[in-house]
Amino acid sequence: MRKFYDHITHVAGSVVTVTATGIGYDELAVIKTRRGSSLAQVIRLEGDHVSMQVFAGTQGVSTGDKVRFLGRPMQVVFSENLMGRIFNGSGEPRDDRPALDDEMIEIGGPSVNPVRRRLPDKMVRTGIPMIDIFNTLVVSQKLPIFSTPGEPYNQLLARVGLQAEADVIILGGMGLRHDDYLTFRNTFEASGVLHRTIMFIHTAADPVVETLLVPDLALAVGEAFAMQGKRVLVLLTDMTAFADALKEVAITMEQIPSNRGYPGDLYSQLARRYEKAVDFEDAGSVTVLAVTTMPGGDVTHPVPDNTGYITEGQFYLTNGRIEPFGSLSRLKQRVNGKTRDDHRAIMDACIQLYAGCRESREKRSMGFEMSPWDEKLLRYGELFEAKIMDLSVDIPLEKALDLCWEILAECLEPAETGIRRALIEAHWPKSLGDRAKTEQLAAKAEKTDPAYKGSAVTV
Amino acid sequence: MDGRIVAVFGNMVTAEAEGTAFQNSVAHCCRDDGAKLMAEAIRIRGRNVDLQVFEETRGLKIGDSVEFTEGMLEVELGPGLLGQIYDGLQNPLPKLAEKIGLHLKAGHYMEALDGDEKWAFTPSVSVGDEVEAGEALGSVPEGIFTHPIMVPFGWEGKWKVESIVPAGDYAVHDQIAEVVGGDDQRRKITMTQRWPIKVALNCSRERLLPSKPLVTKVRIIDSMFPIVSGGTYCIPGPFGAGKTVLQQITSRHAEVDVVIVAACGERAGEVVETLVEFPKLTDPRTGKSLMERTVIICNTSSMPVAARGASVYTAVTIAEYYRQMGLNVMLLADSTSRWAQAMREVSGRLEEIPGEEAFPAYLESRIAGFYERAGCLRLKNGKIGSVTIGGTVSPAGGNFEEPVTQGTLKVVGAFHGLSRTRSDARRYPAIDPLDSWSTYIGIIEPEKVQYVKGLLRRGNDVKQMMAVVGEEGTTVEDFTIMLKAEFFDNVYLQQNAFDEVDAATSADRQKLVFDTILEVLRMNFEFEDREQARKVMVEGTDLFRNWNYAATDSDEFKKLQDRIRGFIATKGRGA
Ligand SMILES: Nc1ncnc2c1ncn2[C@@H]1O[C@H](COP(=O)(O)OP(=O)(O)OP(=O)(O)O)[C@@H](O)[C@H]1O
Ligand SMILES: [Mg+2]
Repeated sequence: MRKFYDHITHVAGSVVTVTATGIGYDELAVIKTRRGSSLAQVIRLEGDHVSMQVFAGTQGVSTGDKVRFLGRPMQVVFSENLMGRIFNGSGEPRDDRPALDDEMIEIGGPSVNPVRRRLPDKMVRTGIPMIDIFNTLVVSQKLPIFSTPGEPYNQLLARVGLQAEADVIILGGMGLRHDDYLTFRNTFEASGVLHRTIMFIHTAADPVVETLLVPDLALAVGEAFAMQGKRVLVLLTDMTAFADALKEVAITMEQIPSNRGYPGDLYSQLARRYEKAVDFEDAGSVTVLAVTTMPGGDVTHPVPDNTGYITEGQFYLTNGRIEPFGSLSRLKQRVNGKTRDDHRAIMDACIQLYAGCRESREKRSMGFEMSPWDEKLLRYGELFEAKIMDLSVDIPLEKALDLCWEILAECLEPAETGIRRALIEAHWPKSLGDRAKTEQLAAKAEKTDPAYKGSAVTV
Repeated sequence: MDGRIVAVFGNMVTAEAEGTAFQNSVAHCCRDDGAKLMAEAIRIRGRNVDLQVFEETRGLKIGDSVEFTEGMLEVELGPGLLGQIYDGLQNPLPKLAEKIGLHLKAGHYMEALDGDEKWAFTPSVSVGDEVEAGEALGSVPEGIFTHPIMVPFGWEGKWKVESIVPAGDYAVHDQIAEVVGGDDQRRKITMTQRWPIKVALNCSRERLLPSKPLVTKVRIIDSMFPIVSGGTYCIPGPFGAGKTVLQQITSRHAEVDVVIVAACGERAGEVVETLVEFPKLTDPRTGKSLMERTVIICNTSSMPVAARGASVYTAVTIAEYYRQMGLNVMLLADSTSRWAQAMREVSGRLEEIPGEEAFPAYLESRIAGFYERAGCLRLKNGKIGSVTIGGTVSPAGGNFEEPVTQGTLKVVGAFHGLSRTRSDARRYPAIDPLDSWSTYIGIIEPEKVQYVKGLLRRGNDVKQMMAVVGEEGTTVEDFTIMLKAEFFDNVYLQQNAFDEVDAATSADRQKLVFDTILEVLRMNFEFEDREQARKVMVEGTDLFRNWNYAATDSDEFKKLQDRIRGFIATKGRGA
């Protein structure tokens, strides 16, 4: 029998302080107001003053409202019955179906002992050459899409989500526009993956602090499935909304901000979530693909900046394309040495040459004469952009590599590529006749290769 | 002494204490389920003691009891540290996993050294001998080293050996000797001793000026911005520029006896890489697994923040311990910014007046104090040991004008600044050759290094000018300078960390390649036009690059060397 406390002494921002004793740090409470009840979490104990963060916000909270402490930290239901269900940021159903009363698990739990992780070594095939060749996604990776507002980041997220061979897809929506939420739902439904999808959705219309629990809910459920041997893909969008909610609470708590109003522990807060990505020895895995919108397109903004220091690379989405510079999958070398012998060399050479092309373009735009070398680079860049970079390109890795060789052979001499001899000898397209043959073969392979699945959505 | 919790805020607990409180002493907060969470006293105000808890404080309540000790945070030193994987408080992580499973749980601590393992001890002193702090009483073999068992470093004065065990197998906590001091104080000695991590451990005759080049086998470091045994250096760089990869290859290839890897607030996955790879890699110097010379201190980003703050001190103390044996130790800390941020979090909760970017005012002195623990010592037995510290810095926004980078640059001997432009262009290692510096002298004569630096600078000037006036406005001479600078960058500064051969270049090979390249750089090619210049330099680049990929003294190596001689002899017109 839990006691009610009704001595609310302080209300500010999303934080309520009540007089109570015997309360544990981080404990959960329910606060009943005229507008309904909301979950709250203890964030400070000082004598008998207990400060709580109220997830539904404090609008309409009165000093006469009642607080009931639950004697436990935040939990979430965990069972197979979660599949296909949609919840809000407090873990309550948002799909008009009854709440589940299955086993509960703690959220925001401790981190995995590093020695129990295994080295990631499985590639996630996406059919997007900019990812598969240049920045291979790997099972258990944590990777954000850095994007300026307005880019098709949610579509890209959904596309990768559908292509990846995951047993469970968990979507954590934070500050999501309602339209985007519906688009996600419809996309998953249309592709027939809804039955293995779980959504925790906080929309822009919901109270801001309620977004704070979304990553923890999604990741706790994901981790639990992974411990049962499932391959889990967690999609989080938009982590900037999450960070902004942290900022709001920190300011209410009068914490000294470190950078543009964000609290000094932003890095640790983000890391605790992202580090839930894991490949377990003898069990499953959690892969985290997130969206971080960059306010003002500025990557040095504290949210993308701290994120970049935590995640295992990032994809920059600009002008509807995955930008080759800056985009990085740090785990790529764990898998790209085992795909095909020319994978790494092509990856390096194509990017270096494309960098050269951008320099030449700059020179051209300033009205300088183009040297024969510039001309070659320009030609190369155009082909590369059209055949490889375009996001609508959807081909398997092997075909994409062949395509790169063809582009190189069309524009350059072997030595100009900087690729070492042995590989040139093995892969350089011999003649145009041969090339046509290669193309035919590749086209055939694409049709017959069962391992390769075309994508259901295109960006 | 006991106390009661009166406030909890994040990882900060305030306790009301009855009795004498010691600053920086260890305390335990007793959660009502019986777990005891370790903490450190960091401020005393009247009867209130502020504690930073090394664990998540979830579940602590007002009124919970606190047990205070008088001791500071210490590590245990003795045989068996090598090859271990510890958290920031020196808990062995593999054992912890065996005991409590997949996840770390608050309130579980374990002995750092295995109390059951037996070590073959051979005494080197006899009853009646006089010994002093740091002096060996005997030794045990530990992997590739002979590990001396030393008189505890903090014991002052002379001690007479009263008893010493005969040669045989002993566990680390067995008594191996008894000594008596000046005022008839009797003390027992085991194979382990404890040392407070925030106090520098230096038991030596004198501190020497570090000057011996420490070969990392990374060309741009050894040849251009060298480090020395006992020196310090830092690697600041924006995210993804290659700080960790650089430290990883250094931890593999550096010519040192012991490597301490401090993974401080970074990714767990990166540590796993080291954990999994090292036992499989052999150290060419000893023929043994690399793990046998490595200690990993791992307090990754999702582990508790206060323990992260302690982890760099734990690491440096273990490094100093092996230095006391006359070994050359390298401490690689990734990332010191996370340690600084841990300080910032604590300072914020203590509501101290913040400095720039909310870092505490004492940030710089803490950074200086940490790097000062590096150094080269002449020990009391005449042997020389060293601790070299290399720390990465993760500046906010990649901007070096921030407190941690600036505080670090003031105290280190070399600066390897990574640049975003270089890493984006995949020019790895992305150390900026124009911005970086070293105050040390390395394996290449300084005049030669100066010459090349001058060329790189001129090459860069030409490049900038060319951006304004275009290629057609650039003379063939200037254009050649630019090409030569690019050439040097391509074939020497850049190094492929993932190629078996190119990943590590020995000092001898570096000297050979550097000198050969210097011939090319100093040559007057007398090019007729820019196109010819470009063609020849592309050819040269191709030759040298392939040379880098050829195993030293292999047939391929010699063949390419001959072709390079031909290239130089014909000024590139031969092929
Ligand atoms: N020497 C190198 N050779 C080839 N690739 C490299 C090299 N250094 C870095 N990289 C590439 O850059 C990626 C990021 O490098 P690294 O993890 O060392 O960055 P970092 O500076 O430590 O970043 P953070 O601050 O986020 O930890 C690597 O995963 C790798 O793909
Ligand atoms: Mg790193």
